[in-house]
Amino acid sequence: MSKQWVNNLQKLGPVIGLIIIVIILSILSPSFLAMDNIFNVLRQVSINALIAFGMTLVILTGGIDLSVGSILALGSAVTAKMLADGMDPILSVLLGLIAGGVMGAVNGLIVTKGKVAPFIATLATMTIFRGLTLVYTDGKPLTGLSNSFSFQLIGKGYFWYIPFPVIWMFIAFVILLFILKKTTIGRGIYAVGGNEEASILSGVKVNRIKVFVYTVTGILSAFAGIILTSRLNSADPNAGMSYELDAIAAVVIGGTSLSGGRGWIFGTFIGSLIIGVLNNGLNLLDVSPFFQQVVKGVVILIAVLLDRRDKK
Amino acid sequence: MEPIVRMTNISKSFSGNQVLKQVSFEIVPGEIHALMGENGAGKSTLMKILTGIYSRDEGDIQVNGRSVDYKDPKDAEKDGISVIHQELNIIPHLTVAENMFLGKEISISKTGILKTKIMRRETKKHLERLGVQLNPDKNAESLSVGQQQMVEIAKALAAETKVLIMDEPTAALTDREIETLFKVMNELKSQGVAIVYISHRMEEIFQMCDRITVLRDGSCAGTENIKDTDLDQIVRMMVGRALGERFPERRVEIGEERLRVEGLSNPGLFEDVHFSVKQGEVLGVAGLMGAGRSEIFETLFGARRKSSGRIFVDGKEVKIKNPYDAKKAGIGFVTEDRKSEGLVLELSVKKNLSLPNLKTLSNWGVISAKAEKAMADDFINKLRIKTHHADLQVKSLSGGNQQKVVIGKWVGINPKILILDEPTRGVDIGAKKEIYQIINELAAQGVAVIMISSELPEVLGMSDRIMVIHEGKVARILDKDEANQENIMQAATGGYRCVETMGQ
Repeated sequence: MSKQWVNNLQKLGPVIGLIIIVIILSILSPSFLAMDNIFNVLRQVSINALIAFGMTLVILTGGIDLSVGSILALGSAVTAKMLADGMDPILSVLLGLIAGGVMGAVNGLIVTKGKVAPFIATLATMTIFRGLTLVYTDGKPLTGLSNSFSFQLIGKGYFWYIPFPVIWMFIAFVILLFILKKTTIGRGIYAVGGNEEASILSGVKVNRIKVFVYTVTGILSAFAGIILTSRLNSADPNAGMSYELDAIAAVVIGGTSLSGGRGWIFGTFIGSLIIGVLNNGLNLLDVSPFFQQVVKGVVILIAVLLDRRDKK
Repeated sequence: MEPIVRMTNISKSFSGNQVLKQVSFEIVPGEIHALMGENGAGKSTLMKILTGIYSRDEGDIQVNGRSVDYKDPKDAEKDGISVIHQELNIIPHLTVAENMFLGKEISISKTGILKTKIMRRETKKHLERLGVQLNPDKNAESLSVGQQQMVEIAKALAAETKVLIMDEPTAALTDREIETLFKVMNELKSQGVAIVYISHRMEEIFQMCDRITVLRDGSCAGTENIKDTDLDQIVRMMVGRALGERFPERRVEIGEERLRVEGLSNPGLFEDVHFSVKQGEVLGVAGLMGAGRSEIFETLFGARRKSSGRIFVDGKEVKIKNPYDAKKAGIGFVTEDRKSEGLVLELSVKKNLSLPNLKTLSNWGVISAKAEKAMADDFINKLRIKTHHADLQVKSLSGGNQQKVVIGKWVGINPKILILDEPTRGVDIGAKKEIYQIINELAAQGVAVIMISSELPEVLGMSDRIMVIHEGKVARILDKDEANQENIMQAATGGYRCVETMGQ
């Protein structure tokens, strides 16, 4: 029983890390813990967190998705173009999400039916989707989209003090937590990542589960792009570049194993908070953005090294 | 003779759980010393303490009369103690010679530039010392398991090994390879090497070993000379009581036909396989390794694609394209390799048990935690799976209990047909009998059981009929009354067909 307790404590490593970082930053910069700054951080975090949540599912199955940034760009471009053409905002958003889902499903089908390694498959689609975005937008940002109040609400709205993007993030978190913990699909995700062969031989529909996780990631990435578009009232075909790296970093810092089968979505949430808090805090402290990258890299390394030690 | 290794009063606990209590063990040069005990009795822990993987809490280890305290296996290797693990440490893409000298490459002084010619020559020399002809330039992946094992043994000999620890070395070998291995072991013995032989196979121990030490629940149950002891005594030492009949009796009314297979083929593996199994019947499947036994049933189960053939369950034809279809048709498959095919080691006992049953345990895709827990507890109880609770990771269980979890997975789907591929491999004698009992209970419930096994006594003891496979074809189906070791082996080696044609 005591061993279980130690295990749980080790699982809380990322949380303890986050608390330490928050304490240090709040001592160094008094404005850090101000209410509006906290919500500011949470809003910045929400974009990466939404993508990282999807990435968690993919990584749990033993895969990886490098195309999330491109899906974000194409998804938001689709929504933006529809809005610019005067389509109903809700329908435009829906079409953007569908585009994201389709791109994700394509990833899933290449991985399952084509039997291509996820790294290679999504490396290729990363370029393809980015290229399609540039073709679709003619390489130019789409601006001055809509005066629609409901569309602007998505990225700019507040519920009491809480920005809407933060609410979207929590809704996605709760849904995915439920799927992972309580449903047959969630169990399948862990089983496939833990031992794919044994899962197939247990009659688990492995291909279906893989297509599912890539599709969900596609939808969430597109949604992250739509939030950005709503806030900026424009869609940039170059948006989301290298977002896959921040998402993977959040997953890894949160303690999910890159080899699959082991991890949790709460860790990913904490992981994206750590990255967001560091970005914000170092900005407040006027640390050069060049040096910020060094700090972020070191944090990722520390997280992985600690995880290594736990395993032994 | 002076023992080369003497371990005295070794004790060891893991987080308060005592796994070895005052165990003493010794080996003299030129003897083969069997180390037996049920899974979890402490055999591997004792050997890991000897080779420095674990540290001991109490006790003393002397090698060549000198007290030692190894920090890691490299220290032990320097004193000539080597281990051949059950899972071989062979790197498939390297050649035999490269594997032989892995980590101990001979190079020009310290430059790291390899003396490949010398290493090749040395490899050849060491293999010849074992009486094995192998090309040092061959890729290791093209070798059979038995040949890979020979490379490992040669590797140990190259390191001037005086004590060789072998952990279940015959588990994956064919009969002929076992014969070669035994020849090599006798050769080593005559050269004065001491061998610790860990195995569950009684026959081998009586054939090969000089002495036997039995562990039970972390204590030493005794050391005996093989020629002064017998099977019953060893079993008593292992389980602390007499086990009674090795194969429990089964009184089952055999019913209607459950499964019929017609003309099942998978080119290159097997051809035109016909058979049927009835309710409550146990069909044993025998044959040499590589004859296509497992492949036939993997294909039947949908894990491989068939080229032709029809499958009938309860008289109705079923289409099986993947394991999911097979499960729906009421077929369960306890796979041969429980670690790579049977279990998700990171998941708990409960989650492994429920994996094929999630559909019945859920509503609209949401798993009922209560139903799942109830099911897991039920099977832990029924199959006597030794685990503290259902949420323990399955990898922390002993081999026999892991095997029961794999069986439990499939009992959960209420199968009409249950295929078991080597259900007792690597399982100790007590757990073996429990697995036989489980098979009997299933048969009594009307399940048609198919048991593939390389152990002839097991096939003979458990089956109502025996199907013998030879080179991808059904060589013969024998009734329980007419079957014996001789006619099974004859059919398995292709002898039966010769006799038949000569008779005509």
